[in-house]
Amino acid sequence: MILSLHIWLIPLLPLAGFLLNGILGSRLPRWLVSTIGLLAPFLSFVLVLNAYALTSYSAVALPYVETFPHPWIAIGGLRADFSFFLDPLSLVMLLVVTGVGFLIHIYSVGYMAHEEGYARYFSFLNLFLFFMTVLVLAGNVLLLFVGWEGVGLASYLLIGFWFQKPSAAAAGKKAFIVNRIGDFGFLIGIFLILANFGTLNFAQIAQVLTLKAAWHGGVLTAICLCLLVGAAGKSAQLPLYVWLPDAMEGPTPVSALIHAATMVTAGVYMIARTHFLFDRAPIALAIVAIVGAATAIFAATIALAQTDIKRVLAYSTISQLGYMFLACGVAAYSAAIFHLVTHAFFKALLFLAAGSVIHAMGGEQDMRKMGGLRKKIPVTFWTMTIAVFTIAGFPPLAAFFSKDAILYAAFVSGSGGVFLWLVGLLTALLTSLYMFRLWYMTFFGELRTADAHPHESPRSMRAPLIILALLSICGGWIGIESFSAYLAPSVGLHPAVSSFPHLELILTAFAVLAALEGWLIADKYYRRKTERPAQLAAALPAGYTLLANKYYVDEIYDAVLVKPLFNFSRYFLGWVVDTGILGGIAWLLAGSANLSGAILQRWQSGNLRSYAAWLTAAAAVILLFVFHASIGSYLGARGIDVQLNLHWMGH
Amino acid sequence: MKAIDPIILTLILLVPLAGAVLVALAPDRAKLPNWIALLTSLLTFVLTLHLPAHFIAGQRGFQFEVNIPWIESPAICYHVGVDGLSLWLIVLVGLLAPIGVVASWNAIHTRRKVFYSLFLVQQTAMFGVFVALDLMLYYGFWELSLVPMAILIAMYGRKDGTKAALKFFLFTFIPSAPLLVAILWLYARTHTFNFSELQYQTASGVLPASALSWCALAFLFAFAVKVPVFPLHGWLADTYNEAPVALAMVVAGKLGLYSMLRFHVGLFPAQARAMAPLLIVLAVIGILYGACLALVQRDYWRLMAFAALSHLSLIVLAIYGLTFMGWSGAVYQLLSHGVVDGAIFLLLGALEIRYATSTIASYGGLAAKLPRTVTIFVIATLAMIGLPMLSGFIGEFVIFSSTFALVSRAAAIAAALGVILGAAYMLSLVQRLFYGPESALVSSKPAHDLRIGELAILTPLVVLMLVMGLAPSLWLNAIQTGVHPPLIKNNVIVSGACAAATYEAPSLVATPELAAKCESLQEAQR
Repeated sequence: MILSLHIWLIPLLPLAGFLLNGILGSRLPRWLVSTIGLLAPFLSFVLVLNAYALTSYSAVALPYVETFPHPWIAIGGLRADFSFFLDPLSLVMLLVVTGVGFLIHIYSVGYMAHEEGYARYFSFLNLFLFFMTVLVLAGNVLLLFVGWEGVGLASYLLIGFWFQKPSAAAAGKKAFIVNRIGDFGFLIGIFLILANFGTLNFAQIAQVLTLKAAWHGGVLTAICLCLLVGAAGKSAQLPLYVWLPDAMEGPTPVSALIHAATMVTAGVYMIARTHFLFDRAPIALAIVAIVGAATAIFAATIALAQTDIKRVLAYSTISQLGYMFLACGVAAYSAAIFHLVTHAFFKALLFLAAGSVIHAMGGEQDMRKMGGLRKKIPVTFWTMTIAVFTIAGFPPLAAFFSKDAILYAAFVSGSGGVFLWLVGLLTALLTSLYMFRLWYMTFFGELRTADAHPHESPRSMRAPLIILALLSICGGWIGIESFSAYLAPSVGLHPAVSSFPHLELILTAFAVLAALEGWLIADKYYRRKTERPAQLAAALPAGYTLLANKYYVDEIYDAVLVKPLFNFSRYFLGWVVDTGILGGIAWLLAGSANLSGAILQRWQSGNLRSYAAWLTAAAAVILLFVFHASIGSYLGARGIDVQLNLHWMGH
Repeated sequence: MKAIDPIILTLILLVPLAGAVLVALAPDRAKLPNWIALLTSLLTFVLTLHLPAHFIAGQRGFQFEVNIPWIESPAICYHVGVDGLSLWLIVLVGLLAPIGVVASWNAIHTRRKVFYSLFLVQQTAMFGVFVALDLMLYYGFWELSLVPMAILIAMYGRKDGTKAALKFFLFTFIPSAPLLVAILWLYARTHTFNFSELQYQTASGVLPASALSWCALAFLFAFAVKVPVFPLHGWLADTYNEAPVALAMVVAGKLGLYSMLRFHVGLFPAQARAMAPLLIVLAVIGILYGACLALVQRDYWRLMAFAALSHLSLIVLAIYGLTFMGWSGAVYQLLSHGVVDGAIFLLLGALEIRYATSTIASYGGLAAKLPRTVTIFVIATLAMIGLPMLSGFIGEFVIFSSTFALVSRAAAIAAALGVILGAAYMLSLVQRLFYGPESALVSSKPAHDLRIGELAILTPLVVLMLVMGLAPSLWLNAIQTGVHPPLIKNNVIVSGACAAATYEAPSLVATPELAAKCESLQEAQR
């Protein structure tokens, strides 16, 4: 007997939650809204666990596919099914998405308790889970694109949750449009795949590639670069990262779930999912690695000078996603996914803890106004501490293992690998530095606001913090070897081997030293000599302003792209072309019509109905003329082509 | 029900006309004209639903066909019929009619009898354009569809109606003159107005090629203005700005694009092929030009006009890509555009009634006050900008992918840039209308969310957007039989004897009888 896993229910349950809360939510009592909102992700999580259990005890073989009997689109050579594809990769992603997702739903009950749009919030959160699980389970590129655009929609709605705030509404719009730029690349990639493979199904594409073993580069590079544009948009990589910091306008649990733990990792997932294409396109792969490394260090430097606690974390997310791209770029897909998983734990924890801090401070997000919160909110403090030590990469916490795996894979990846490793190492130092800076500024010293009365958060918020803290501690203990072995059926084994003995150990020592160094610098500047950062900023005004203003990238984009486009549209297209040239021509034509009208003064009345009457009369005359067979044959007999008639009558 | 089949098209044409007469005769009391118009349009809509219900999907050629000689000389016939191409477009016109009445319910106060009777005449004219298979009959309906529009714009223009009406009139009537001449010339040479007969004649190589290309150009010009195709869109923004909402939602697109597909590409495949590169370029320009201008409009009707230019240009691109897949996508996109635009027009019209302005900057912060309006508006916006699982995505994706694979990569990529711009201007509109703090205008007026009548019409539209996004085969199956070649191998147009065109033209070009004719011709030549 073949067991059915009913994986189609994994997305469908959150969808049901979305519909129920979205349509009826405003009329339901809060407890019912929360029950519906929580039950959907919980049941999905249970189904995922069930799938995991059954597949790991070999009751069901992977990969496992469920396809809806009717195709979604079937026209010409294009066919796309609603097919869900479960393999180790999607299973790992599902565990993270529904597991962390469920925890953040619980947290939201406490965090959003006083919000007016409570039902709207939960319906959008469920909608997000729906699209995210569709994205992860998609068996073909087009269905993945459905989830891809869908999570973008959920993100847009949730960033703009407080839509009365102009900045929130603008941030939501910005996120959507920047993502659309990425999606444009993704779409072109899909067209290229369709044109070259004739199918959008992942398994079939992989099959075609196995058959054509010699096919490398060329159009595959083009496809991969297009997909990379899409991935860079969704995963906030250079140069399309600009929407993510602004996305922090949304509620903090949203930042934790969508803009840290799950949605933004979709780009990494997509590259891992289509790794068979990237494996054949070494140039594209190298560009992935470079984009990743550049983003990692670029975002880390910006994080150094931010004062808004959520923005520090946002840039940190961008930087960590850079690590994952770097790993993908050196074909260490399992290391990338490993870091994706641990990152989901510790970054969700960081955001939720930051949310707890903000909650305690009554909505204050500026770290310069915090300080000394260690004693006031102990649970938040201790969980945040675990998260900070984890992200910095101290053993034996989760990120230590995953970051190590990435750095090692980069180092042994051949020419240029050492350089990538150096960038990664430097980023590790910076990461440690800005995270401990955040830690010290928030929890140590004296509270720098007079009118704040910090209080610990309710139990529904503390419980997820504690669970995530435990996961951040143990999440990496499985080790990269067994994790890679588990993922091997999905992403292949890319063993990173080095002839040099103990290399791994030496690299690990470097990484830990870098983290320690970052901590020591932060300790010196932000605990012992708190006046030093200001002095440093004063000594290097140019560098500091550059960082504090995020390298002015938003301003540059605005000046180079947005403003010129608007000015071009408004003044050149609008005034010169549309009103000036086209309007002028129309005016001239109308003028000549008027002129001939003036000559035929007697018939010209300027009245619409008489125009119509004349037109009808003229038509009748022509009708009579042409139909008069004798005239037709008369003309024909004299060899006058009726084309002449056409000239004559047309003018 | 089968007994009704032969007269169903006639009924669809006559019921709105009868309704128009009834409105004209009935007293202008209470809401009587509104109700008559509403019931008539609903009845017509139900009648149009008969067509897909009894349409045989696998069958090529025309169904529900009626061909009665009307005038002996010139040989004008009352020849109507439906195929996969026109089937759903007729239903769409039927669907938009009650929406138009609801949109006018509170907007039209004066001379309601004139308004509603002309509105219903307009319906008949549009149905006529979609079902007519006799070129003279077609031309009659085509002209008839312009007259009520021009009069209503002049009478009910919101700001400067007469000027807009004159512009509309000059832009659309003048190109109809060469169209008429071309039709008459064809008749003079072939002695028939019959569409299928003419298809055979134009493809057979009997007619002089240079004259045919002038003819084709006359057809194309009339249609291109009506769509409109860049740079002939001068009338569109003013018309959108002035026309009553019920008419603005049907004025652009459908008639022109359908006519292009059936009467330009269908009648003159070789000439259409020759013109295709130019039209593809114009379409791509139109997509980007419309989108760029939509970004900077200050009035939402003008914004919608340029958005429409952009969206309709995409369909033009699909038509002149000359691929079956593209044609299916074009018709599907046309349907989706009709539904989505209908919903958005109704909502914007409702806002204009409530707040008496269409200047975007006067709005702001409506979301909290009008939750239903904003919900439906956002869904319609998402459908418009092609979010997957909503109606707009399917057509867009089919068009883009077929253009990319079969026509021109550059054109597809340039057109896909419109996707980014589309999101930009529509989401900006949503933001400026609904989000942010309440504007002075919004706080000064009482908040009236959608009425029950508006909701009753909008909810099905929203459901339709979803179903069209999830199960496109419900529509695409019939559409494909409309635009695909017949099953017989030797397509009329492809076959050597009738080498007017070297590509396969739509089935409308080749009914089975014609194919048989052509085959016999070939055999005779051998």
